[in-house]
Amino acid sequence: MDFTAITNFLLGRLNIDAFIHDPIMEGAGIALLVGLLGATILLTYLKRWKWLWKWMTSLDPKKIGVMYLVVATIMLLRGLADVLLIRTQQATSVGSSTGILTSDHFQQIFSAHGTIMIFFVAMGIVFGVFNLIVPQQIGARDVAFPFMNSVSFWLFAVGMVLINAPLLIGEFAATGWLAYPPLSELQYSPGVGVDYWIWSLQIAGIGSLLSGINFFVTILKKRAPGMKLMKMPIFVWSVLCSTSLIMFAFPILTATLGMLSLDRLMGMHFFTSGGGGNPMMYINLIWAWGHPEVYILVLPAFGIFSEIVPVFSGKKLFGYTSMVVALLAITILSFTVWLHHFFTMGAGADVNTLFGIMTMVIAIPTGVKVFNWIFTMYRGRIKFATPMLWFMGFVVTFTLGGVAGVLMAVPSIDFQFHNSLFLVAHFHTMIIGGVVFAAFAAFTYWFPKFTGFTLNERLGSYAFWLWLVGFLLAFIPLYILGFMGATRRLDHYDASLGWQGLFIVAGVGVLLICAGVAMQVLQVIVSIRTRNANRVGTDPWNARNLEWATPTPPPEYNFATIPVVSTRDAFWEMKQSKNIPSKHYEPIQVPKSSAFGIFIGFFALLCGFAIIWHIVLMALFGLFGVIILLIIRLTSDNNETTISTEEIQKLETAGGTV
Amino acid sequence: MKKAKVAFIVILVVVIVGTLAMLISRGNLDVLNPAGIIASKERTLILITSFLSLFVVIPVFILLFSIAWKYREGNTKAVYTPDASGNRLLELLWWAIPTLIILILAVITVQSTHELDPYKTIASDVKPLTVQVVALQWKWLFIYPAQGVASINYLPIPDQTPINFEVTSDAAMNSFWIPSLGGQIYAMSGMSTQLHLEADGVGTYRGSSANISGAGFSGMNFKAQSMSRADFDAWVQSTTQAGVALGDNAYRELALPSQNNIPIGYKLMDGDLYNKIILKYMPADGTGMGM
Repeated sequence: MDFTAITNFLLGRLNIDAFIHDPIMEGAGIALLVGLLGATILLTYLKRWKWLWKWMTSLDPKKIGVMYLVVATIMLLRGLADVLLIRTQQATSVGSSTGILTSDHFQQIFSAHGTIMIFFVAMGIVFGVFNLIVPQQIGARDVAFPFMNSVSFWLFAVGMVLINAPLLIGEFAATGWLAYPPLSELQYSPGVGVDYWIWSLQIAGIGSLLSGINFFVTILKKRAPGMKLMKMPIFVWSVLCSTSLIMFAFPILTATLGMLSLDRLMGMHFFTSGGGGNPMMYINLIWAWGHPEVYILVLPAFGIFSEIVPVFSGKKLFGYTSMVVALLAITILSFTVWLHHFFTMGAGADVNTLFGIMTMVIAIPTGVKVFNWIFTMYRGRIKFATPMLWFMGFVVTFTLGGVAGVLMAVPSIDFQFHNSLFLVAHFHTMIIGGVVFAAFAAFTYWFPKFTGFTLNERLGSYAFWLWLVGFLLAFIPLYILGFMGATRRLDHYDASLGWQGLFIVAGVGVLLICAGVAMQVLQVIVSIRTRNANRVGTDPWNARNLEWATPTPPPEYNFATIPVVSTRDAFWEMKQSKNIPSKHYEPIQVPKSSAFGIFIGFFALLCGFAIIWHIVLMALFGLFGVIILLIIRLTSDNNETTISTEEIQKLETAGGTV
Repeated sequence: MKKAKVAFIVILVVVIVGTLAMLISRGNLDVLNPAGIIASKERTLILITSFLSLFVVIPVFILLFSIAWKYREGNTKAVYTPDASGNRLLELLWWAIPTLIILILAVITVQSTHELDPYKTIASDVKPLTVQVVALQWKWLFIYPAQGVASINYLPIPDQTPINFEVTSDAAMNSFWIPSLGGQIYAMSGMSTQLHLEADGVGTYRGSSANISGAGFSGMNFKAQSMSRADFDAWVQSTTQAGVALGDNAYRELALPSQNNIPIGYKLMDGDLYNKIILKYMPADGTGMGM
């Protein structure tokens, strides 16, 4: 056996070229390494390794939730850095100038931007909030499957590592965030880029599916006694709907990515052009997952606002039953509209009409929710703290974005907007205005729940205004550019088109958004430094649901005594009737910390990385590692530990300090 | 706080300058300034749908801001009913009104989707012209089978004449779009999609690919030039005489990846070229693609 055959067997297609990048990518890679090195030095210097290990092996959903949010925040910064490059390129690459990036690198960047923002920012936020809030809000001590929860998180983290790895090793997909074939097939994309995309999403996607199952079961099985379905907080309803969508939609993603990877690894022909393959099937399948995915993200956002508006209006939620019906309607309808993502594929007028109308129908329950929120404020006493500012911003942007959505739901109109910057502006309006604004509202609202002090209001409102203005400046030009016939994903255009001014304004909008993010970082730092001035009790907002009935910060077991629920707004009723649960404590069983989640993640990472680079031996090693670890863990007993009555007593009386 | 004031003024200036920049932008709003019958009808639809949307948008904005203002915490004179939890009649109202609007929109959708079906031929006294469009890496090939000519990245068409586009791809998927004339259709290998457009008068319009198709994607645009019948015939004649011969070999060379191609006219040597390009992707057993 000669030398190359041995290296091919041991290293697959990994060789020295994989480490050579253009200067900008090299810079990003070096920044990544410096960041990791910095974190390592800092942890060693502060002697925090053990502390970090305790976090990483914890099965407490609150700790896992925080880890999701940390990953999502870091990825948000990565996604924003991508945007800065995209907009800089588009503002400068006009006429004879070619800008700062090659087209290949530009295409890798926008593909990474979309994938990261959806899978690792929006999904990370959503799962973070599920973990932090859902068990407490239903009066439970834990999720249904605490260990599976840890596995979910680590698979998510592995996906995150794989999607950032191309900064150092190899390249990323240059195919857009949904990697349509035949462009994503071997014929047009022979490199490792699409494989990075596939395996990052495949592994993170399995984590998402497991999380979906976990929270669906948690809500159905672990609610406090007396909390009938129609007494659940609307946020819990929204999570129930979102997780049921996950359970139906994510298997489609897994299967679709699986078929695409078989095409690429084994030379099969599911989606190739020619060879009997059919790329149109991929486009149908990916959107059969992709459209519900939009609602997986936005339903929890609706849930968050349904918590915030009543609390800050000092009033019950208007039209609870309507809200539930609207959520369920959206959940079901979201599976009936996927074809509106490709009216232009030539399906014919009858098919397009049906999917166009189904799309518009979703606007009805969504509109109902908006009116119900507004009428929750009616005859209330509205406190305009920052969560309410985000809510107001959400209604304005979401309504306008919704109009753009209804426009594109009319197939004949969509023919003029499809894949234009109008479309790009539309879905950013929905996802930033909906999911991101809700996340910021939630962060401000629930922050004191976990820390005992509120965030600085003044800096929070500055951040809000910077975001709102930046958002409008960043996206109104894109709507206009869409009317001008500007398509998405252009790395260069003619000067005579007169688009440059608009791209520059959009870039300035992005800078304002970045200033908003900087303001939020400052807000957290200032709030922590001045925390003693902002200390609040366990119920700073005069809130309504059970998550506020636990001590602050909540102990691992959440509730020393499981509350008994008789009405909606259970915590509010508790306060009204002064019916505080008794202080009779019993020993509580909680899951022991487990390093299996992180180890399984590690072997999944090896496996994914090896498949991307065609390293057979390592892929098998990773796969068997995962399987063996699962068998060991799942056949072991004694995974729980008991917190004694004395300890509970101690924790409960010490509550309220950080 | 002085710093805050300065920052506020800076942002205000940015917003004003940004808004002005948007207003004086020299770009042409192709979609709103149609030059063809299909694009005009699509614009009308855009305007009608936007108008109908106002029936929801305006009430939402008025209610949102007036209620927010009236029931602000500081206004202690306002009525406060903390336990009110709904109102059947009001809720019925906002299930009903959007439903009604969507019903109207649904009727419009049924009608317009069929009327503006890209596969539908445009009724006209003028004999339509067939143009076969092939998306290549990374340029557009336009074949005029009846005229025996072809061209790269340049699409001359006679004005006030229905154009029947047949669209395919010998590359990754693209989308064929001339916003001034009307909406787009995907270009996919092994398949032929259709698009019917007609230009009102003489003019030059930008066309491009709307779907990412690889490295040269951004340069994949072309000039659609609508001209008088006489000018069109003259172009056909001069291309027949002076154009490069486009046979099998020349096509193979042309189909190789290249970027930012300048327009070239061709004399078509093989009237069946378009079908051959499609058949390249068909399995030999004739089963074709599924679906």
